[in-house]
Amino acid sequence: MLSDKEIKDLQKQALQIRIDVLEMLVEAGSGHTAGSLGMADIFTLLYFHTLRHNPKDPFWPERDRLILSNGHVAPVLYAAMARAGYMPVSELKELRKFGSRLQGHPHREFLPGVETSSGPLGEGLSQALGMALADRLDNGHNSSRFFFCLMGDGEINEGNVWEAALHAGKEKPHNLIAIIDRNDIQIDGYTHEVMPLEPLADKWEAFGWHVQTVNGHDFVELESAIEEAKVINNKPSMIIALTVPGKGVQEFERNPFWHGRPPKEEDLKRAIEELKKHYEKELID
Amino acid sequence: MLNGELFLDENFFKEPKQEALRMGFGQGLLEAGKKDARVVAACADLTGSTKMDLFRDEFPDRFFEVGITEQHMAAFASGLAAMGKIPFVSSYAMFSPGRNWEQIRTTVCYNDVPVKIVGSHAGISVGPDGGTHQAIEDIALMRILPRMIVLAPMDSVEAKKATLEAAKIDAPVYIRLARENTPVISTEKTPFKIGELYEIWRSESPKLTIFATGTSVYQALRAAKELDDNGVGTIVVSVPSIKPLDKESVLMYAHETEKVLTVENHQAAGGFGSAIAEVLVEEKPVPMKIMGVKDKFGQSGKPEELLEYYELDAPAIVRASEELIKR
Repeated sequence: MLSDKEIKDLQKQALQIRIDVLEMLVEAGSGHTAGSLGMADIFTLLYFHTLRHNPKDPFWPERDRLILSNGHVAPVLYAAMARAGYMPVSELKELRKFGSRLQGHPHREFLPGVETSSGPLGEGLSQALGMALADRLDNGHNSSRFFFCLMGDGEINEGNVWEAALHAGKEKPHNLIAIIDRNDIQIDGYTHEVMPLEPLADKWEAFGWHVQTVNGHDFVELESAIEEAKVINNKPSMIIALTVPGKGVQEFERNPFWHGRPPKEEDLKRAIEELKKHYEKELID
Repeated sequence: MLNGELFLDENFFKEPKQEALRMGFGQGLLEAGKKDARVVAACADLTGSTKMDLFRDEFPDRFFEVGITEQHMAAFASGLAAMGKIPFVSSYAMFSPGRNWEQIRTTVCYNDVPVKIVGSHAGISVGPDGGTHQAIEDIALMRILPRMIVLAPMDSVEAKKATLEAAKIDAPVYIRLARENTPVISTEKTPFKIGELYEIWRSESPKLTIFATGTSVYQALRAAKELDDNGVGTIVVSVPSIKPLDKESVLMYAHETEKVLTVENHQAAGGFGSAIAEVLVEEKPVPMKIMGVKDKFGQSGKPEELLEYYELDAPAIVRASEELIKR
């Protein structure tokens, strides 16, 4: 259970990460705004509460693994990593620039702490399953290392995802926890129009997964779902996190237009003010 | 004459032993698994066909039956490798790397993890299954990927060595295998190293170098012998390591014979012959002919019928050699 103070701290951290994301995207001049803002709370919880990791020793063998499948939300990954201490915060402005460690889509070799290269969709779950089963092979069915796979909802259009879902259902890894960012948008529009996914929870259950659906902006719900997933030892776990794409800036919220676009420079100040106001209200509540 | 320094099977021209390359792979994988506990394997519902069953039966815990999921299998193997395993994944070459090329590109090569892709049933000589199952594009698909090592052994003995070497090298590797029984040219003592090529035949005063890869080496050897009997001298170079390619040696042979023929059981475009041509055209352009399937698909038939039809058998190599020497 998170204490009230922990929740407040996480909210503050998430606000900072959202501000970082907006600034990075404006500086880069391209990139994905909606998903990066929408997943900020999930990344904050993972990097500042859940993950067993050491930013000063990114290759620490005992670390939990965070496998980002929808690599286009790289800005929020980098912002969370920087705030957690993997790199100087000042490096965030290098996003998408030539010679930068912050590639437009994450590359394992460029930035220590990035577990895999991603961008082409639908491939993270397979890799996370491979890692989880390798760990089980070495450390048995009670190993305490967890493998978190973060995915987008649009990306589960990919057949590869369902191949991985089948295989995970067969192998029943206790140490695999997947989180889908269920924000209902993809590039061409709303997911329910482009390629309907519902009943999504039923689908994963039918594939043999333990499924929970939570509010992806509620740290208490997210945290308790992860804790439950950790103790389920005979199934892989899926957490469907309902999120608002573009969360925190009204203009960007729930609008597929902002899936793959950066904010405009002239809108940055206003967007940051709005974010701050939004969260000041939440922090007081 | 067969190169005496390579310990090739001396009975080869009389009564060659026949064995499928995939047998050598299966034995090699089993041996690699015994030598190194990090070796693991996954197969897409073709465990018997690819001879991965030898490994599965010995190491059931280290074997993953993934069903017919080639895209998943490649990315899954990337995950295994990220945790320190040395994964071998196998299917028919048409499906892996045919179906899952982008997963191999992104999660294996771009990620730089040592996954070993084993494509069985490559080439038109798959035979009766027909064009859908005859991978004749796989060398092209794999050799354009940065970091990927591409090996096409000529017989089952070499396939075993290629498998053992692949397990040792910390890099992605593609191993191309064939379904059909193939005459065994080499012996346990025959050298094999990644990045090397081997002169297996040399006539007196050769006028042409024939570079061959995979099962085409056998056809090239038969052709060289017939040409020799007719007084036409050639050199036959077996190139199991298409990438990295021993460019220095390729150039050396081009300088010596001034004419070059390549043979592969694969599309003529983009494959092994193209790899040789890329070296020669920059450093030593010589008259050259690339023998391969000429922008067509395969079809059903016996392997020998198909090799004849697509002009990849020994008589076709004889004809092409004579034509090239006259040119």
